[in-house]
Amino acid sequence: MRGDKLKFVASAVIILGVLAWLGFTGVQEAKTYYVTIPELYAKGNDAHNLRLRVAGDVVPGSIRREGGKVRFRLHQGDQTLDVIYVGTEPLPDTLVDDAQAIVTGRYGPDKQFVAQQVQAKCASKYEALPPGAQPEKKSPDSY
Amino acid sequence: MDALGSYSLLLAFCFCLYSILAALIGHWKQKPLLQQSAERAVLAACGLVVVATFCLAVLLLRDDFRLAYIASHSNRALPVYFKFAALWSGQEGSLLWWSCLMSLFAATAVAVNRRTHAHLMPYAVVALMAVLLFFLILNNFAVNPFRLLTADGPRGPEVFSPPDGGGLNPLLQHPAMVIHPPMLYLGFVGFSVPFAFALSALITRSKGEQWIRITRHWTMIAWCFLTIGVLLGGRWAYAVLGWGGYWGWDPVENASLLPWLTGTAFLHSVMMQEKRGMMKVWNMGLIFATFLLCIFGTFLTRSGVLSSVHAFAQSAIGPYFAVFLSLLLFVCGFVLLRRLDFLKSENQLDSLASRESSFLFNNLILLASCFAVLWGTLFPLISEAVQGVKISVGAPYFNKIQVPIGLFLLFLTGVGPLFAWRRTSMESLRRNFTRPLIFGALVAIVSFIFGARNFYALVAIFLAFFVIGTITLEFFRGARVIRQKEERNWAGAVIELTRRNTRRYGGYVIHFGVALLFIGFVGSAFTIHEQAEVLPGDQVTVRNYRFVVQSLDQQETDNHIASQARIDVFRNDKFLATLTPERRFYKASGQPTTEVAIWPHLSKPLEILQHPHADIYLVFAGMAEDNQRAVLQIYINPLVLWVWVGGAVMVFGTGIALVPSRPPQPGRPTRKRKPTKERDEVAA
Repeated sequence: MRGDKLKFVASAVIILGVLAWLGFTGVQEAKTYYVTIPELYAKGNDAHNLRLRVAGDVVPGSIRREGGKVRFRLHQGDQTLDVIYVGTEPLPDTLVDDAQAIVTGRYGPDKQFVAQQVQAKCASKYEALPPGAQPEKKSPDSY
Repeated sequence: MDALGSYSLLLAFCFCLYSILAALIGHWKQKPLLQQSAERAVLAACGLVVVATFCLAVLLLRDDFRLAYIASHSNRALPVYFKFAALWSGQEGSLLWWSCLMSLFAATAVAVNRRTHAHLMPYAVVALMAVLLFFLILNNFAVNPFRLLTADGPRGPEVFSPPDGGGLNPLLQHPAMVIHPPMLYLGFVGFSVPFAFALSALITRSKGEQWIRITRHWTMIAWCFLTIGVLLGGRWAYAVLGWGGYWGWDPVENASLLPWLTGTAFLHSVMMQEKRGMMKVWNMGLIFATFLLCIFGTFLTRSGVLSSVHAFAQSAIGPYFAVFLSLLLFVCGFVLLRRLDFLKSENQLDSLASRESSFLFNNLILLASCFAVLWGTLFPLISEAVQGVKISVGAPYFNKIQVPIGLFLLFLTGVGPLFAWRRTSMESLRRNFTRPLIFGALVAIVSFIFGARNFYALVAIFLAFFVIGTITLEFFRGARVIRQKEERNWAGAVIELTRRNTRRYGGYVIHFGVALLFIGFVGSAFTIHEQAEVLPGDQVTVRNYRFVVQSLDQQETDNHIASQARIDVFRNDKFLATLTPERRFYKASGQPTTEVAIWPHLSKPLEILQHPHADIYLVFAGMAEDNQRAVLQIYINPLVLWVWVGGAVMVFGTGIALVPSRPPQPGRPTRKRKPTKERDEVAA
């Protein structure tokens, strides 16, 4: 009886250990820092080594499709960031001029932000309305 | 109508408060009449909340844009069923909907159990009404759905009505959205009943297993609705978001998964308490945790705490939820600690190869999974609190940890039910597992030969078919015994077998559904994705599929304008179907959306290894820079169909398990115990 209990505890510890290790390495691989555009520039060369998530407004007229890629420019105050989208998912429909957008990816040494993921919210429509929850790209507004 | 709704809500709030006080005082002073009036107040509160919800629905259908909620979530041209769905598509409405379902559950639970379990009623009423009270506070004072739009007129503020509403968010204009939130909410609120009875049983020190018997059906129903809700959410994401998948580990999705994980753990471990008197504290903890996570999920998705990390939705109800959650946590923890002596286990774990230990592992894994999801979801908040920087972890983290967890669970799904209580012999292990193991291995080897080269996918295929093998074997053996005794064909014998022990065989059907679900998940390892810019007449070839663009044109309805592509799909030069992905522009909200065209391609049985069932998933992503060519996203998603089929089978199995078992008919020869003697027959 005692032996079996010990075996159970030992297996549980092993399983939890493996899961904790997977979780830890998973976090290391997937962690993404939220930064504003000024913070990104303040990081200097460190910025190139991290996965980043940056928010800003789309500069009107800056969205251009080139082959399979899409380029646009974000701004926050008077600082701007050139973004090139290389992800596989279609861009959200809400990515239009002046939309609030969040891009996830890496800041390349060529001063371009290479985004794997773009989320966007239409800025114009909801401003006049009472503050209700409006969804980002993947969040249904229904729960 | 809006006044009626408003006053009903206010009155419901009063009844709710009265019910709590009357139940408490009636219990302490032993006044049966007062207790009875408390129970009746529950029914009255329920009626009033239903009236209020009905009012809002009627106002929505009537396009009464004086109401702020309706003006911002509906418009005249919206189809009728979406106007109705607008009831739960925004903050105010969905919280009212919560209250409505909650009050219906509470009223039913009280009506059904008031006589049979009178001693549990007072505290159960208090618990249920306290939860309802919280939501009614939100409905009445924080986010009132009946708030009217006002503007400054010459004589102070005046009510005004805009000519048309702002429209329902186009992403929500999908059939799954009509049915998904009610299902999910039924799941969320459904757990309040087992929660209330568990709490009451604990406070009154009533006999340990009684609350489990009362709430078993409630728990299963709630779990079933939650399962449907989560899967429909996935279906919605798959059909609407256009990224080719159905699960993206988004905080909102995770919020619905969390209580499902603990609820599943509870449904399993509660059997340990029924059969062996073990795990009493644990079960209490699980049901409390499940309910808390239901509230927490509502909080996450409604308050915008996590969305605000993304700088999106903002809301004022966050603090309300924070206070309520802390209160709940405090009450649950306090009661649990005070009653620890009462929850002593009656038995010990006997062997590693036993039903008990498989349940323990099941719980361990489900909780680890729940914790990992919670951790990943809250990571931005945790990292900001600890390190001062916001860090998020995305899908790679979740997949890395959840895929092995899922596979281990699948393994337990196969072996757990076949382990005996207390101890399993080697001989029984051999008898039960040899053939299913060979079956699973054969399918995995064949899949490997036909080109499946992904490690996790192969393991999943092996385990899924192993599980299917064990379940088939169980049905086969049981049916064979019945056939030896009675004149029945195989189908009749299987049905009879299931009817004699619905709980056990219903459980097998659910497990069968889980195995199918995993077969569906496997497909995601083999998704093919291509992007192309096309003009009418162009052809795109992806593997052995050929896509021919017939036309690009425009169509208009009252509600939206659609650009539509007509595309013929061929496989090996054989015509399969014409698909019409659209890009819609909704007039009221001024927002564009993509309408994905999905065609579930069913293969003939003989072709299945070369061409597994695949969804052809086409997205009209927009116009290219030249404004002539359409950007087309093409996905070939193998096996996705099995996710939905597996879900349906799980729901069907839950339905079977809810039907009471019928003992063998008198007059017919009674069936002998099955050869696997060590196994306890699970009594109904």
